Amino acid sequence: MIKHIVYLASALGLFWLMLSGHYTGFMFGCATASIALTLFIAWRMDVVDDEAEPIHLTGQIFHYWLWLAMEVAKANLDVCRRIWSPKLDISPTMICLTANQKTPLGVMLYANSITVTPGTVCVNVEGDKLEVHALTWSAAEDLLDGEMDRRVCRLEI
Amino acid sequence: MNLLIDSLTMVCLALGCFLGLTGGIGIYRLPDFFTRLHASSVTDSACAFLILFGLALQAGWSLVTIKLGLVFFFLVLSSPTASHALAKTALNSNQQPLLGREDKR
Amino acid sequence: MYAATCVAILIVMALALLRAILGPTAFDRLLAVNMFGTKTVLFIAVFGFLTERPDFLDIALVYALVNFLGTIAVLRFFERKHLAAKTEAEESP
Repeated sequence: MIKHIVYLASALGLFWLMLSGHYTGFMFGCATASIALTLFIAWRMDVVDDEAEPIHLTGQIFHYWLWLAMEVAKANLDVCRRIWSPKLDISPTMICLTANQKTPLGVMLYANSITVTPGTVCVNVEGDKLEVHALTWSAAEDLLDGEMDRRVCRLEI
Repeated sequence: MNLLIDSLTMVCLALGCFLGLTGGIGIYRLPDFFTRLHASSVTDSACAFLILFGLALQAGWSLVTIKLGLVFFFLVLSSPTASHALAKTALNSNQQPLLGREDKR
Repeated sequence: MYAATCVAILIVMALALLRAILGPTAFDRLLAVNMFGTKTVLFIAVFGFLTERPDFLDIALVYALVNFLGTIAVLRFFERKHLAAKTEAEESP
């Protein structure tokens, strides 16, 4: 609990420093007041916990984002090629996937990763079953291979 | 050095514009709503990244660069959520996706 | 350079707007409007650099958030309508 409050407060402070650009005493006072108010509201809303501030992921998430960015770039090229190709060789597909993550946070991360990749959109989530719409059959096949699923699972430990 | 950064910026901006136009064409060429969703997600992620990265190269290390990064961060956080919500609501309102397998791989 | 980028983004915005007008279903229109909003954010950022007023970025930042909220709000309305129709159908068989 204390850990999460400190994490949230430092994140908000960093956010303020990035946006402000005016570093005078009065402005710092305003910043402290607004951060305190936000912390109080977050505490009242009962969202200061592992699910809202996934601190345990901070270490590996950057590595995962790098891999995801590569995947997104590859998928982008593929979708662009298909849009510009004269005969439009697409094959829209709906598939069902099982997410092997243990926590709802992990499933959310997996579903969001699917959606952010062009060519695949996660349409529906129910428990650990994901309905995915893919632009091409090859994109759907890549998902069925489960590389992304495994990577998100490894992130969770 | 300056020339290098300028040309790199130009390449980034040009590529970003090309991806944006691809998305713009895509929403006309693709046949139904669910496939158009993919075209718009191309423009959302990579086009935004390339254009904002090109601008960040020009800005150098300053508060402006950080703000460009924040704009990108918010776009990347919100656009998958918006596409997911769009697709889910469309499916719930009995929009049937067009299915077909032309490129048998 | 910035001017050319601005023109390209404006063309994409025009395409999106045309799709919003043509769009067969309401969701096509919403998708186009969402894309229009994303492009507006980029346009504001580039325009700020074109006129050498980086303060425009703050507006872009706010617009990125407001655009997302707008899409979600309209979708929420659709979901409500759908749910209301469903319960009405169940109540009067």
